[in-house]
Amino acid sequence: MNVLNLIEEIDKADPEFQDRISPRRDAIKNITSFGSKVAVAALPFVFSTLFKKAYGQTAPSAAVLTTLNFALKLEYLESAFYNAGAASTAVQAGLSATEKAYLTTIQAHENAHVKFLQGVLGTNAITQTTQGTNGTYDFTGMGAFPTVMTDSGAFLNVAMVFEDTGVRAYKGAAPSLAGQQVYLTAALDIHSVEARHASAIRQLLAARGISIKPWITGANDTGIAAANANYAGEDNITQGGVNVTMLAGIGGNISTNAATEAFDEPLDATTVATLVAPFGVK
Amino acid sequence: MTIYLLMKTETEINRDGVNIARRSFLRYAGAGVAAVSVVTAASCRKGDQVPTNTGIDIGIGDIGILNYAYALEQLEAAFYTQVIASPYSGITASETTRLTEIRDHEICHREFFKTVLGSNAIQVLTTDFSSIDFTNRAKVLAAAQAFEDTGVTAYNGAGYLIQSSAYLTLAGKIVSVEARHASYIRDLITAGSFGDSTVLDANGMDQAKTIAHILPVANTYLKTKVNASNFGYVSF
Repeated sequence: MNVLNLIEEIDKADPEFQDRISPRRDAIKNITSFGSKVAVAALPFVFSTLFKKAYGQTAPSAAVLTTLNFALKLEYLESAFYNAGAASTAVQAGLSATEKAYLTTIQAHENAHVKFLQGVLGTNAITQTTQGTNGTYDFTGMGAFPTVMTDSGAFLNVAMVFEDTGVRAYKGAAPSLAGQQVYLTAALDIHSVEARHASAIRQLLAARGISIKPWITGANDTGIAAANANYAGEDNITQGGVNVTMLAGIGGNISTNAATEAFDEPLDATTVATLVAPFGVK
Repeated sequence: MTIYLLMKTETEINRDGVNIARRSFLRYAGAGVAAVSVVTAASCRKGDQVPTNTGIDIGIGDIGILNYAYALEQLEAAFYTQVIASPYSGITASETTRLTEIRDHEICHREFFKTVLGSNAIQVLTTDFSSIDFTNRAKVLAAAQAFEDTGVTAYNGAGYLIQSSAYLTLAGKIVSVEARHASYIRDLITAGSFGDSTVLDANGMDQAKTIAHILPVANTYLKTKVNASNFGYVSF
């Protein structure tokens, strides 16, 4: 068996084979060169493992598709929201240069997330036109935020709620992707960016003189009553069966504020779907 | 010397590699050791040094990942404790407030992991921040940014290795707070850099890094070195 030429043969049939195994072609080359020197006898074993990795995760299960499509729906909403804000003369008129720059960065990320998820899902991706009314959202959330597209402060408020909720949604979805290296890691890589956004928007609101931190203190710390459900449970102080306020901090136990700030809380898909339905997410 | 060769090769493969490749490779390397050590044992030259693993090993499975997180949180908590104990010159009231909060979050994470791990916890690590000038705002914030961004890539990279859904969710609860910190620190250094192209890729996504990539960086700030022999990294 010409085992050392096997990878070359596969490469002819499937040019992406090496990349399927590792994002870096060097990695597999190192394995083969190493194998040729030391442990040829073990190669069949390593090949079966590599094949499993190369092809085992390319066909996502129905559950994974559902999770990824739900993420895509949320990204459709967010990208459309920032695109609409950028196109709104009234919103733009109220924003400082710094605020505009922050929002432009976030807008680009959300549009990139849409493209990324569409690419991962391929023909399984739901289309944006299935959302809202023929693809058009109600950013007032059925009247909860009536001035969202006319007032920059209201726009920033809704942006904060969307980002904080997005963090919770991705976090809640993670267990459904457990052990799936490609899909879970991609979801986590987006999840932490939503958190960067949430922190950044909160910093912008704090710079406007609103009393708010980059992290979530207690339950709903936004002062926006319409968003109470979006922050429900964020005041949790028991993590993995441990009451965090009983742990030692500096100068006494961890404070309740620190305990709630130090852990963001997940939301399950059903709850998130209810929260975003008024905006047109289906 | 065979074992030494194996280790050297592992290190090469692990660099920028993916965890699963390394894990499967380690099983393979283990088989390789068994297969070839008999014939090569006699070929060891006199005077060859067998490298000794002098560090602390995080262990295996979910315990290993929790210890990995515990090690990183120990590092972050110790760093911010020092930042607040000896503030850089020109620190503002707002910065003191926020950085103290971050310190308390990291202490909270550290103590949480210690409690959850119980008797499985690795020891308290001795840090070495001698390379950081704590009087200099730019140096301190640059180090803080590195710790936070590194923390995010570390949690993102380890997520799929976690077998328990409960632990995966707990890691998720913490990593987004690290990302909030990273965003804040970055904007303190340069407004609007909370997610710039130096940290995110073209898809607007954070990076995920392997344990073998993260621990050598963490070890530069640790007197007690941390190893992850079951996850493809051993420092000598």
